[in-house]
Amino acid sequence: MKYLTLAATTFLATSAYADTPELVVYTYDSFVAEWGPGPVIEKAFEETCACDLKFVGMGDGPALLARLKLEGARSDADIVLGLDTSLIAAAKATDLFASTDVSAEYNLPIAWNDESFVPYDWGYFAFVHETDLTPPHNFRELGDSDVKIIIQDPRSSTPGLGLLMWVKEAYGNEAPAIWNSLADNIVTVTKGWSEAYGLFLEGEADMVLSYTTSPAYHIIAEEDETKVAAPFDEGHYMQVEVVGKLANSDQSDLADAFMKFMVSDAAQSILPTTNWMYPAVMPKEGLPAAFDQSIEPGKALLIPNEAVPALRKEALAEWLSALSQ
Amino acid sequence: MALRPFAISTRTGVSAAALVALLILAALWAVLTRAEYGSGLGPAEWSAIHFTIVQATLSAGISTVMAIPVARALARRQFAGRGLLVTLLGAPFILPVIVAVLGLLAVFGRAGWLNMALAGLNLPTISIYGLHGVVLAHVFFNLPLATRLLLQAWQTLPAERFRLAGQLDLTPRAVFRAIEWPMLRQTLPGTAALIFVICLTSFAVALTLGGGPRATTIELAIYQAFRFDFDLSRAALLSLVQLVLAGSAAFLALWIIPNISIGGGQDRPHQRWDARGGVQRLVDSIAITIGALFLLMPLSAVIIRGLGGLLVTPASVWQSAVISIGVALCSVAVLLLLALPMAGWIATAKRGSVEAIGLFGIAASPLMIGTGWFILIHPVADPVLFALPVTALVNALMALPFALRILVPPLRDTVQVYGRLSQALSLQGWPFWRWVILPRLRPQIGFAMGLTGALSMGDLGVIALFSAQNHTTLPLQMYRLMGSYQIDAAAGAALILLALSLGIFWIFDKAGRAHAQA
Repeated sequence: MKYLTLAATTFLATSAYADTPELVVYTYDSFVAEWGPGPVIEKAFEETCACDLKFVGMGDGPALLARLKLEGARSDADIVLGLDTSLIAAAKATDLFASTDVSAEYNLPIAWNDESFVPYDWGYFAFVHETDLTPPHNFRELGDSDVKIIIQDPRSSTPGLGLLMWVKEAYGNEAPAIWNSLADNIVTVTKGWSEAYGLFLEGEADMVLSYTTSPAYHIIAEEDETKVAAPFDEGHYMQVEVVGKLANSDQSDLADAFMKFMVSDAAQSILPTTNWMYPAVMPKEGLPAAFDQSIEPGKALLIPNEAVPALRKEALAEWLSALSQ
Repeated sequence: MALRPFAISTRTGVSAAALVALLILAALWAVLTRAEYGSGLGPAEWSAIHFTIVQATLSAGISTVMAIPVARALARRQFAGRGLLVTLLGAPFILPVIVAVLGLLAVFGRAGWLNMALAGLNLPTISIYGLHGVVLAHVFFNLPLATRLLLQAWQTLPAERFRLAGQLDLTPRAVFRAIEWPMLRQTLPGTAALIFVICLTSFAVALTLGGGPRATTIELAIYQAFRFDFDLSRAALLSLVQLVLAGSAAFLALWIIPNISIGGGQDRPHQRWDARGGVQRLVDSIAITIGALFLLMPLSAVIIRGLGGLLVTPASVWQSAVISIGVALCSVAVLLLLALPMAGWIATAKRGSVEAIGLFGIAASPLMIGTGWFILIHPVADPVLFALPVTALVNALMALPFALRILVPPLRDTVQVYGRLSQALSLQGWPFWRWVILPRLRPQIGFAMGLTGALSMGDLGVIALFSAQNHTTLPLQMYRLMGSYQIDAAAGAALILLALSLGIFWIFDKAGRAHAQA
């Protein structure tokens, strides 16, 4: 196996010159896709850093964390970008992340004071529907209606987990009753966001669990104004996506520079129309016009990061028993 | 059987089988070494195991039974488009799950063709979601495979048998009992076991069409354990349950298979005197029409949807396509190295229980194998460098049981029929392979290579776990497109994937059969 290591290092050495420092950033798949923010961010950051920024894409947020746990302290990564608020507690429990002093004038509906993670974008979960549907105004109305919805499985997908937390935070002990009333509205539960959204676009359901910013994609990229998000009066659950530095990074200063860059105007102005989320810091030029059409939830819901793991277990059991009957 | 022909050395076969077992067990062991705490199997896991067994049994039973009339009709009839239909039988099986699901829903979904037709006729609409939906999707995936396997078996029947049956003026029923049923008894159990094992590891299909958490399979529980709970001991335990279930199915099936030979012939083309009657014609036409409609309607939905998307498909999709072709060809090569010696060993062994080892290749969760090998490789080298080789290897492992199922029955016949003669002529080892086996197995080898290539093309598998941005396979690229709202472009990519998979399947399959038809 020594030869393999040798071959591997030789290969790596030829691809990156020894005197150009390399910053390795683990992130989720859609971030590095050519139409995602990755390529633009890479170019913009490399102009400022005299370094080689290398994005490594893998699955989604949970996949990212699982990979990190597998690699442990030996990980090649300097930065992990793309964990969200539901994963922060689990990520901290690994003790792999360094604390940071990077901070900015955040445009978040909540106060942010985490010592390890810096938010770079955020969104609200919401049910998206066609304009010709009269949407319900909350989960109770949805449960009483015969509107058909598609949701994601909280055991395999982040939005699915977000919905679980949404109902739990809004209804507390009444959450099981809400899920019971929703059972006959749920057409099906999918593995991930892509499947659910795909099925919705093919007409399999009236509404799909997605983000309040989803309609902006259709307006900007497809000039299609027929998709809107339904405002729910109990408030909308939030997802904040964060970036963090690994304690074992061999490029500590460069990693700090990258985290600063992620909340700078250069990066923040790229995110809305590539990642289709709200920027964590308002760009100087503001948001694209289509984002103004997004609904503004009356109340932002978010369970404190530390409370997520225990609540998740409880809410998952309730969800399973309500939908398995 | 006083004397067994020993024309094939078992040494390479045993090594290949040992290698396969080692690859899987090493991964399982690696996962276990990293397991920290165990929560064991709770009621949720047990109900997942229960549901998995129920749906896999139903899917395997229905696919296999329905395949009998379709394969029989295809074996007895010649018609325009038959060749194309036989090639398309490989299609559902190789489609990425999400594409197949969207295709099925375009036909059977809430807004699908079937419900639109029902609504147009003022009939109540039907819902596909539930256990029946899961089984429907699995039959869609596996009926064509079962049909191809049975068709292959039908074609190995010596034409002389049917000639004799014609001379004796046997009724179709009698022909079925005397000639076809003994062949089916040898083929059906293995086919059913194979489909059972494929359905064991189903996850996204079962969840989506099952309509909710009632349709939780073991694979979903494994995914949850790896991804969200990072409970490696539970993941390993569940993987073990999958392997045991698959092993039992294989053992049961191979135990049922009678160890008889159909007997040799002179490889003449079939002429069926028993199938000339009007009733027989009608039965065959119905079987072929229903089978073809069931297969072709969701496929057409995929094609129609994809044609529109081709225009907006980004160039990177083509780069991924090239990588996918490379991976597919490597998988085919690895497969041949593993499958041929193993098939040789199984065919000469008295009982075919060794074939069970082959089945482990698909019974093992790809996530488990990927994670296990990641744990093994990471300390010594950058796993990303191994992304493509590991993918090719895992894809070959996945295709191994299909290849064995395709290769073993004709190989066993060949050995039984020609073994003694070859031994008398001292034709052993490589010359026996070269002069007796390979020429006679050419169609089966072509079919197995085609299936492996296509399967490897369409598989998302472990590449997602190892991936880096510069080598993305086509299915992964398609998922990325879907994940960024680009549903149309993803549909285009799906069509390219379908075309490439079918292309690679067709080329190998055709090359195998060209000789037989000449």
